[in-house]
Amino acid sequence: MSGRARHPTEDAWWVKALILGVVLVFLGLVLVLPVAAVFVEALRKGLPAALEAMADPDALAAIRLTLLTALIAVPFNAAFGVCAAWAVAKHEFRFKSFLITLIDLPFSVSPVVAGLIYVLVFGAQGWFGDWLIEHDIKVIFAVPGIVLATIFVTFPFVARELIPLMQEQGVDEEEAAVSLGASGLRTFFSVTAPNIRWGLLYGVLLCNARAMGEFGAVSVVSGHIRGLTNTMPLHVEILYNEYNFVGAFAVAALLCFLAIVTLALKTVLEMVQPHTRPARH
Amino acid sequence: MTISIRQVEKSFGRYPALNGVSLEIADGELLALLGPSGSGKTTLLRTIAGLEFPDQGQVLFDDDDMTYASAAARRVGFVFQQYALFRHMTVARNIAFGLDVRKGRDKPPKAEIAARVDELLKLVELDGLGGRYPTQLSGGQRQRVALARALAVGPRVLLLDEPFGALDATVRKSLRKELRRIHDATGVTTIFVTHDQEEALELADRVAILNLGAIEQVGTPAQVHDQPSGAFVCGFVGAANRFEGKVQGGRFQDGEIELPADGLADGPAVAFVRPHEFLLGAAGQGDLQITAQHVVAQGPVVQLDGVTPQGRRIEAAVARQSAGELKAGVQLGLTAQRSYVYPA
Repeated sequence: MSGRARHPTEDAWWVKALILGVVLVFLGLVLVLPVAAVFVEALRKGLPAALEAMADPDALAAIRLTLLTALIAVPFNAAFGVCAAWAVAKHEFRFKSFLITLIDLPFSVSPVVAGLIYVLVFGAQGWFGDWLIEHDIKVIFAVPGIVLATIFVTFPFVARELIPLMQEQGVDEEEAAVSLGASGLRTFFSVTAPNIRWGLLYGVLLCNARAMGEFGAVSVVSGHIRGLTNTMPLHVEILYNEYNFVGAFAVAALLCFLAIVTLALKTVLEMVQPHTRPARH
Repeated sequence: MTISIRQVEKSFGRYPALNGVSLEIADGELLALLGPSGSGKTTLLRTIAGLEFPDQGQVLFDDDDMTYASAAARRVGFVFQQYALFRHMTVARNIAFGLDVRKGRDKPPKAEIAARVDELLKLVELDGLGGRYPTQLSGGQRQRVALARALAVGPRVLLLDEPFGALDATVRKSLRKELRRIHDATGVTTIFVTHDQEEALELADRVAILNLGAIEQVGTPAQVHDQPSGAFVCGFVGAANRFEGKVQGGRFQDGEIELPADGLADGPAVAFVRPHEFLLGAAGQGDLQITAQHVVAQGPVVQLDGVTPQGRRIEAAVARQSAGELKAGVQLGLTAQRSYVYPA
């Protein structure tokens, strides 16, 4: 082995093996083992029992609510993300860095705090509490609250994906389009949008993954009303607290499965568009 | 179409890019904006295009005030330094873009647009490459697509921002000739920005020299080279040896060289002698004594680097036939056949 000519910056074989080994052990213990354990526990009493747990009406309601929340939160944040990235990347204005910091806020705030914010604003004792009771609108401990909390925590995903992408792409093509007589709207749809489609798809995938899996913020605003205001993560908690381990792990396995599908889609995306900007989290 | 630029000022924050620039551009002329980095030439070009709006001053197309008209309304063709081709559209769609975005009655029928695209592909010698994407083209080809795209809308003025800057030397030379040919074929008023003086002097009908946001001189290539109006232009256009000293009694002195300075008032001054305007003679004679250090034959010209007794470096150039027995170490006396002296 020592006689073989080595590339000047290549490490010795045992260094490579050691580092790779450490990484694999770490990944195995922290990632692979827990995920595998979820599936193992879910199938402990056999596949029919697991499927039964997922077909339970409360579980189905939780699945429906999770999907509904994602269906509202993701497009909303995608639209916002595109607008924010467009404003930041293609224009100069005074409060740009402040806006970018504000967009990052949901990342630095604890999800529980995020949920609490909505309780304080829309709850019965909150700022709008009286007004909401008067008009018989339920936000907290109801679906709207869950959707709002989910929107908050998944706010930055699309914007953070698109901002560096659009900044890197610069304004040259847009200037060219304008100089050729295109209107602002036409420039956006013909030039800007096609250039960001892969970044947008990637951001939407991440946003979706987080929207479906969010626990902390949703837990605070939810009220945990079985069959009504439980999302899948919340339902997993309830089942686990009732010692219904198979049920809990079955629903958890479903969540894991969705996560794996998301990752697979992301990998396929990266293969199709190899020069897509790598994620910066 | 004539263009009038009147006292245009533009600052970016506290940085003054243009300080009261005025320029008249004749219909159909090919004008170069030449200057070092930061001279304001690109800002001026973009102001004409409508991609920047001036803080003060006016921009007129023929007699219409276009100072604050949008770029879309001006009907200019702009060619960017990095081409700015639409990466997800084919070459044909890129070229057709200006016509595709027209609305209502202004928009020509599909067949006409396709015919125009073909016509332009032929003009820029990219026949048959309409179906390719920009990433599948070389730098020179991309620049030609950019040119075709700008010409497709039948612009009143063609503006090019360092169009050949990103290309290698051979491609640059051939595209220069292309640009001249296309300009002569279409007759469109054309303005291009460059920091490469060889390019400016070779291509343009007139050259405008910019420095620090102001125009130093405007003239034909011959005029800016042979009759520079000031120290900056003299030192920037073409090679020149620079001497700093003072004028006294109609003569320039810097301790080593003495040059005529008729009509100049006494005071500090700067003088230039071009390398090829030095006459080589025997040591002891002439205006300046040097010891030859480095002699290189470059084609028809022999380049001579020398040093004066006080250590100043001098460049001289002489025709090969007259070079004689030149080599390092030889002592020479240089006579300035022509010099330029300006007050400092």
